[in-house]
Amino acid sequence: MKALVWHATNDVRIERVPDPTILNPRDAIIKITTTAICGSDLHLLDGYIPTMQAGDILGHEFMGEVVEVGKDNKKLKVGDRVVVPFTIACGGCFFCGKQLWSLCDNSNPNAWMAEKVYGYSTSGLFGYSHMTGGYAGGQAQYARVPFADVGPLKIPNGLRDEQVLFLSDIFPTGYMAAENCNVQRGDTIAVWGCGPVGQMAVRSAFLLGAERVIAIDDVPERLRLAMDGGAEALNFDDGDVFERLKAMTGGRGPDACIDAVGMEAHGPTLDAYVDKVKAAAFLATDRPNALRQAIHACRKGGIVSIPGVYGGFLDKIPFGAAFQKGLTFRMGQTHMMQYMQPLLDRIERGDIDPSFVITHRLPLDDAPRAYKMFRDKQDHCIKVVLKPHGETIH
Amino acid sequence: MTSTINVADVERWASAIGGAALTAYGIKQLKDRSPAGAALAAAGSALIYRGATGHCPVYSAAGITTANDTDGTREALAGPRGVHVEEVVTINTPADQLFRFWRNFEQLPRIMDHLVSVKQLDEQRSHWVAKAPGKRTVEWDAEVISEIPGELIGWRTLEGADVVSAGSVRFKRAFAGRGTEVHVRLQYDPPAGRLGATVAWLLGHEPSQVIREDLRRFKQLMETGEVPTIKGQPRGRQSMLNYD
Repeated sequence: MKALVWHATNDVRIERVPDPTILNPRDAIIKITTTAICGSDLHLLDGYIPTMQAGDILGHEFMGEVVEVGKDNKKLKVGDRVVVPFTIACGGCFFCGKQLWSLCDNSNPNAWMAEKVYGYSTSGLFGYSHMTGGYAGGQAQYARVPFADVGPLKIPNGLRDEQVLFLSDIFPTGYMAAENCNVQRGDTIAVWGCGPVGQMAVRSAFLLGAERVIAIDDVPERLRLAMDGGAEALNFDDGDVFERLKAMTGGRGPDACIDAVGMEAHGPTLDAYVDKVKAAAFLATDRPNALRQAIHACRKGGIVSIPGVYGGFLDKIPFGAAFQKGLTFRMGQTHMMQYMQPLLDRIERGDIDPSFVITHRLPLDDAPRAYKMFRDKQDHCIKVVLKPHGETIH
Repeated sequence: MTSTINVADVERWASAIGGAALTAYGIKQLKDRSPAGAALAAAGSALIYRGATGHCPVYSAAGITTANDTDGTREALAGPRGVHVEEVVTINTPADQLFRFWRNFEQLPRIMDHLVSVKQLDEQRSHWVAKAPGKRTVEWDAEVISEIPGELIGWRTLEGADVVSAGSVRFKRAFAGRGTEVHVRLQYDPPAGRLGATVAWLLGHEPSQVIREDLRRFKQLMETGEVPTIKGQPRGRQSMLNYD
């Protein structure tokens, strides 16, 4: 099959690789009909994520058709159409039992690596370094899905791939970020970062009853897209964010702040061993500007919700402000399986069509070029979807 | 733990790894006439000698031949000379079920990567074969010396084992239905004391990490029915050639 393969910083390629096979009894093999590039994939392109190895297949937002199932998989059948969540969960551990799916105990074969850095290992992820399991990803024609009787969501006919594809990551991620804001009647939610997750967070905040959403970025087309969704735009190049947020909220501050930016941890790229991972994590000099602003701007007793990815150590976080104002912090990778079905229901009801975020539709063969276009925000790129089997691009 | 030292599977296995590693490494180095290997070879020889004869002061005290095994084993495996490993994991599975899996020793190679096979000889005794460096294997017999169904298995190696060890696995119900805590204790005294463990560590068989990974696989298998893996999945080339 063809797949997008990581080789080194700024070096991803389309290659022929062997087709995936069933490796465990609960696996399934998916023929991928549509896949996407995530903003977090750009950290891999840029070489900020440790424990990558040349030859790794990327991609964690994909859907398709089941073509093979393992002998113990009682849920899926050949021919089922499914969206695959980016987190892998076993369904049987303490954490899965508490709906904390992204904290699954059992799905990371390289748990020891994560334990060295974080104390405990969280769930395995597709196509996102060996510290999160080293699973081959879904920017490919086929993918093997472990614990496929837990994660993949069956999709009824009548919905287009593009309407449901983002149930794989960014829609649940933006939605959980908004849900973590515990939106109350009359609330104003401020969202830092108007990339795809920020866009989903804006719309989700309204779905959950927010009165106002203020979207903060400096890319005009992204601010415009947020305004299309009902947000008020705040361009951070135009002046002090705190003062303007304060003025926009009657001097009180936003009730909740969403950091949909995250940071890129600095560090060596190729070193796969634990001491290097640890060093990379310890040496991280992240850029938590958005998080600092969010903490500073948030109203007293408010909530800071963080869907943006952090991996290392943060410097000069105004923790005094967080403490004195009695803030609540909510964060973490998305507990996908808790959100996929309810959000599919919302899509079916017509509450939202997440395909609004798509700006580019390309064949998989163009993925290397698309990565660079997305990273450099060329051609007003916000979200790229890829077709791995050469179907008509619509 | 009780005053009875229990020779658990894991404990035996880790002891064997340490001992086998030292022995094999020592022999290899001796063949290579490596000056650095001489000490290791000597240590390896000492290990074999001790294992075979039980004349090591520590090991003979370990209760292989004395009437009062318990005290002897404790003496041998306590104090600064012994390698002590304790690991714990909480598994979301009832204790009885975990106990049944573990007590059926022949299943243990499914979770213990370095075991080749285990054969039950009778209700108490079993024969173990483990991988050793250089495609060798190491074998030993072990016996269950303490057993409380659903709660505890204790074991020790029998006379003639390359490494004498003792250990236990204890299954303790966690609070409020939060699964079962599995406590493994393992003690062994490789020849030349900590050198054996050091060699084992150099060879990638650091005992507590190895046992931690065994317990992780045990948990994975019990909670999910399989052990997650990426072995055998596709990956790209590592050459400079492009698909195009």
